[in-house]
Amino acid sequence: MIEIKNLHKSYEMGSSSLHVLKGIDFSVADGELVAIMGSSGSGKSTLLNILGMLDNSDQGTYDLDKIRIANMDEKKAANYRNKFLGFVFQSFNLINYKNALENVALPLYYQGISRKERQVIALNYLGKVGLKDWSSHLPSELSGGQKQRVAIARALASNPKVLLADEPTGALDSKTSMEVMALIQKINNEGKTILVVTHEQDIAEMCKRIVLLKDGVIVEDKKVKQNIIKNV
Amino acid sequence: MFNIERWTEIFQSIQKNKLRTALSGMTVSLGILIFIILFGLGEGLKNSYSDLFLNNANNVIYIYPGKTTKPYGGFKTNRRIELKNADIDALKQEFSSSIEYVNPSLFVSEPISYGLESFTFEISAVSPSNQLIEKHVLMKGRYINEKDIKEKNKVVTIGRLVARDIFKGDDPIGKFINLGSRSFKIVGVFQDTSGDTEENKLIIPYTTRQQILKGTDVVGTVGITFDQSWSGSQAVKLSDNIKSFLKKRKSVDPTDPSGIRIRNVADEIDRSLQFANALQIIVTFVGIGTLIAGIIGISNIMVFIVKERTKELGIRKALGAEPNEIIKMILTESIFITAISGFLGMVIGIIILNSLDSSALQEYFITRAGVDLNIAFSATIILIIFGVIAGYIPAKRAAQIKPIVALRDE
Ligand SMILES: Nc1ncnc2c1ncn2[C@@H]1O[C@H](COP(=O)(O)OP(=O)(O)OP(=O)(O)O)[C@@H](O)[C@H]1O
Ligand SMILES: [Mg+2]
Repeated sequence: MIEIKNLHKSYEMGSSSLHVLKGIDFSVADGELVAIMGSSGSGKSTLLNILGMLDNSDQGTYDLDKIRIANMDEKKAANYRNKFLGFVFQSFNLINYKNALENVALPLYYQGISRKERQVIALNYLGKVGLKDWSSHLPSELSGGQKQRVAIARALASNPKVLLADEPTGALDSKTSMEVMALIQKINNEGKTILVVTHEQDIAEMCKRIVLLKDGVIVEDKKVKQNIIKNV
Repeated sequence: MFNIERWTEIFQSIQKNKLRTALSGMTVSLGILIFIILFGLGEGLKNSYSDLFLNNANNVIYIYPGKTTKPYGGFKTNRRIELKNADIDALKQEFSSSIEYVNPSLFVSEPISYGLESFTFEISAVSPSNQLIEKHVLMKGRYINEKDIKEKNKVVTIGRLVARDIFKGDDPIGKFINLGSRSFKIVGVFQDTSGDTEENKLIIPYTTRQQILKGTDVVGTVGITFDQSWSGSQAVKLSDNIKSFLKKRKSVDPTDPSGIRIRNVADEIDRSLQFANALQIIVTFVGIGTLIAGIIGISNIMVFIVKERTKELGIRKALGAEPNEIIKMILTESIFITAISGFLGMVIGIIILNSLDSSALQEYFITRAGVDLNIAFSATIILIIFGVIAGYIPAKRAAQIKPIVALRDE
């Protein structure tokens, strides 16, 4: 599903340049649930943003579902993001003046789906994350866990090939974190490929594979026995 | 162009961000409103000017005899110059090719009475050409005529307000009125659109007055008309010639500023029209200035709006919004708000202009304040167009920044 080779990324800051990713080779198969770990500043988010086409790399190749992602104009990139990729952010990134249903329906708007159909699909995904009854609530009226579930529903609404989550539980307490991870496991069990960036060992152990980043390179990549969350 | 889905998005954005909408809407409304009111009042000033000149003949030169301030030709200084009938005849003869009418006049101060009642009005002893010079319009009867001048008839043509005050609706024609100790027959009533002053006058033949003053041949101020189509400079030349002719004839020092004085209406109008034009230019500049201020206002607000929405735009991009879609969204919203509030400001401005108390405005020399609908529309459309341009630049910039940069914005 994902295939990257010799990926490099530097940030230019005035005269100095910070080399963050120093040659990443990495591939993810269909249906995997991968945790990306590493200390703060190791380049986890940078990697995820490049995988999510929110940022571009300086060197190396990236294939997403056998399509080479390179030198894409912003219009094409927008279409790829819309069709292939779903995002979940630590800070939720919901649009504050749209209610839960409208937030979830937004990626469908950019697919040109009609309003009626959008609402049906969005409501269905809200149901999937257990928030059917909260569809008319604004983000400000939701708890952190609920917001993140809305964000997950939104990421899933366009039925992407890959779900990318950057510290999805970073702003949540441990109980809510469990709920969100349980949801991620459920979605993964339905066949979706998911990458989760996290700091926390126990969150990582709920995935099927852990990749450890250090100083811009992968130092460890292992399959783990998944810690499956039951009854939350 | 018309995309119901985008409009739904936009209406939601407008509805949910009322402060932002109100802020940009008000800037546009206010810009147009102030423009229209300023422009309308400026037009009113100009109207007052043109009215002022349209109501009197402007091809007139007035001659005022006075006291000399310099000794000349054996005469001492401080000598009173008097124009006589013979001078008028000489003038007519000398300038027969260039002047149309000559209107000698005498100032009359006599008590006026009708029956037992007495009144105070201004009396002018003039020639029939006074009617043309002052643009008196006959309502009834006739004006004093050449026959009256020749026969020194005791007849009078009265102003509309004089007739109203003395006769209170009765027909004044044929009635007799006392001016001083003499009885004059009323032969006509006139009106004048230039105001009350003229309509409060009584007009009698100047020769009749001279006869009453023991057969004097002295006249006071003399009005002279010339060809309507003459330019200001031609008129000035004529008045200069008349001045030197009279000064020579009356032995007044050519360099004496007094003795014989001349007032040239055409020249005054030329200068006043220059003033009116300058006024127009100022009004136009102020108007353009207001528009520019409005445009700068919208530009600032558009930059602010786009800045405020940067994160939202980042989210939309992450969810798959194309750059074009972002530009269209921001622009359509800005066009919509600018158009609605622009026309609102225009309508309110016009309503305010029309509801201004016109008699109160008259005190400030403003007549028929109002704005040409074409100008109002053009100004509104210009503001809308610039609003679009002002929105396009930040929208384009926002559409171009990388989604990750936009998302990082707080
Ligand atoms: N836009 C940027 N400009 C300059 N430097 C950046 C930028 N974004 C990240 N960096 C730097 O690149 C390095 C890697 O950042 P990144 O966000 O990928 O780390 P991370 O592993 O996600 O850290 P954390 O766990 O704290 O989120 C850091 O040293 C960071 O300071
Ligand atoms: Mg990070």
